[in-house]
Amino acid sequence: MSIRVSKAGLLTSIQDLGRKGFQQHGVIVSGAMDSYSLRIANLLVGNDEKEAGLEVTLMGPTLEIESDCLVAITGGDLTPSVNGKPVPMWKPLFIPKGGTLSFGPCRTGCRSYLSVAGGFSINEVLNSKSTYLRGEIGGYKGRALQTDDVLPLSVPAASKPAFLSNELINGVYTSSWSVNYKEFVHFTKKPSVRVINGGQFDLFTAESQSHFTQEPFKVSNQSDRMGYRMDGPSLQLQEKKELLSEAVSQGSVQVPPDGNPIILLADRQTTGGYPKIAQVITADLPLLAQVKPGESIYFSHISLHEAEKIYLEKEQLLQELKIAINLASTK
Amino acid sequence: MNQTITKAPAVISPLGDSALVITFGDSIQYDIHKQIKTCKDSIELNPFPGFIECVPAFTNLTIFYNPLEVVAAVKKKEKKEFVSPFEVVSSILQSKLENEQTEKELDHRTVSIPVCYGGEYGPDLEYVARHHNLTPEEVISIHSEGEYLAYMIGFAPGFPFLGGLSEKIATPRRSSPRTSIPAGSVGIAGMQTGVYPISTPGGWQLIGQTPIKLFLPEQNPPSLLQAGDIVKFEPISKEEYQELQAKEGEK
Repeated sequence: MSIRVSKAGLLTSIQDLGRKGFQQHGVIVSGAMDSYSLRIANLLVGNDEKEAGLEVTLMGPTLEIESDCLVAITGGDLTPSVNGKPVPMWKPLFIPKGGTLSFGPCRTGCRSYLSVAGGFSINEVLNSKSTYLRGEIGGYKGRALQTDDVLPLSVPAASKPAFLSNELINGVYTSSWSVNYKEFVHFTKKPSVRVINGGQFDLFTAESQSHFTQEPFKVSNQSDRMGYRMDGPSLQLQEKKELLSEAVSQGSVQVPPDGNPIILLADRQTTGGYPKIAQVITADLPLLAQVKPGESIYFSHISLHEAEKIYLEKEQLLQELKIAINLASTK
Repeated sequence: MNQTITKAPAVISPLGDSALVITFGDSIQYDIHKQIKTCKDSIELNPFPGFIECVPAFTNLTIFYNPLEVVAAVKKKEKKEFVSPFEVVSSILQSKLENEQTEKELDHRTVSIPVCYGGEYGPDLEYVARHHNLTPEEVISIHSEGEYLAYMIGFAPGFPFLGGLSEKIATPRRSSPRTSIPAGSVGIAGMQTGVYPISTPGGWQLIGQTPIKLFLPEQNPPSLLQAGDIVKFEPISKEEYQELQAKEGEK
């Protein structure tokens, strides 16, 4: 059982929910940038939500399906098609052996997730299948996918699920329902990203503090999985201060001396020494993952308690979704 | 390493909604390191529900947790409308800190790292020597006589931030960083010294290179050095370097 890459695309890598537990050894976490989309893709094909899938960026690959496959595509809409015919996202798709899955222009967001029932049959490195691109470990040979790579698949627990229709539509069998993803990921112009104050918020000038939430910030072209560099009003400290390096986390908004904030993301270094003006709430990291370079965002402050409530509510929704998918697939 | 213990009250603050930081001080000091190490060991030995991992740094300890699991553990016992994961974890850690014994001495592991100094392996050795009006041999002997404490591992996998460098050879970073530094390079940056485990860009003054691998992704733990280790550098010849390198390659 396998999938062959016939065209590589821009940047496609194997990612799960990250390599947790080794930050004290300097090992970065990695993992899916939009974790909600990956988790939902996994639930749609009957996998554990922690299973690894493909993270497809902006220009997707072309994949030859070499054995019957149950897949799901979620996240940004990169116009997926099978044998040249468009296929729906956010629902399970059964692609018969010999199908070609490709991606086209990017309609919304910039990262799609592809999960395959059973998952990819690759070894874990330090408890995770995530590709750590700079460290060249994990995933498929520690790197992004290339033309002619053959990705081995694990045998899924269940065979062709009963909830799929018996009718082949555009080269796939699919379900009559799909997931209402708007609860988890939404695509809007200039999205508002919620933050709580960073550890060094009080060290910034009053002007910088207010600019931070009043002005838009543009995601620069020098942005990647490690972090988004932002262009906007220059953020300055009241006085120059040298900080000692300490742990950072996904969503930390660091401000180097040039005044342009950097949001640290999935492939961030484990430690940093720049002052942190803010911290993006965990529930909004997937939203951020779908913002393309050149687009702008706004930051808005909320309290820690609000951030925690939002996190817990989303987890509750995801639990309900899991139950709903289980019910639908055992009908 | 013996100093009087001045225990300042630790401060707990959030790092977003899924992590928090316990700060023990604001400068690089052995007694602060000791409190961090003691606290880290105690949490790892007896983790709270939802604990993921903790990362020690010079003056603080960052603790990552899963808010959902933190809340689930509390809700089993009592049904409340809203439970703040930060407050739950804070109060667990607060009582841990109050009951902790920091009077006992730490056990330090000593790790010896063989280094071939100068030449192609240490392109900045001559510069460091000139900067201090020393001979390259004097720089080597001062560097290899020192005992260094690994305060934290970070920046790159297995990269140790080592304290304890003699002021006699403390040298500022290069004005323009190199785009690629070979794995194993031993460098100096101000009062710090360290070793690059993997090839990365960097601005430290490179005085030598070790054939020993500091990052071992197939092993657990994957880092040769851990925070709290004492590091010693042992000068070796070019021939010894090549021999050791061949042995490391077989691993």
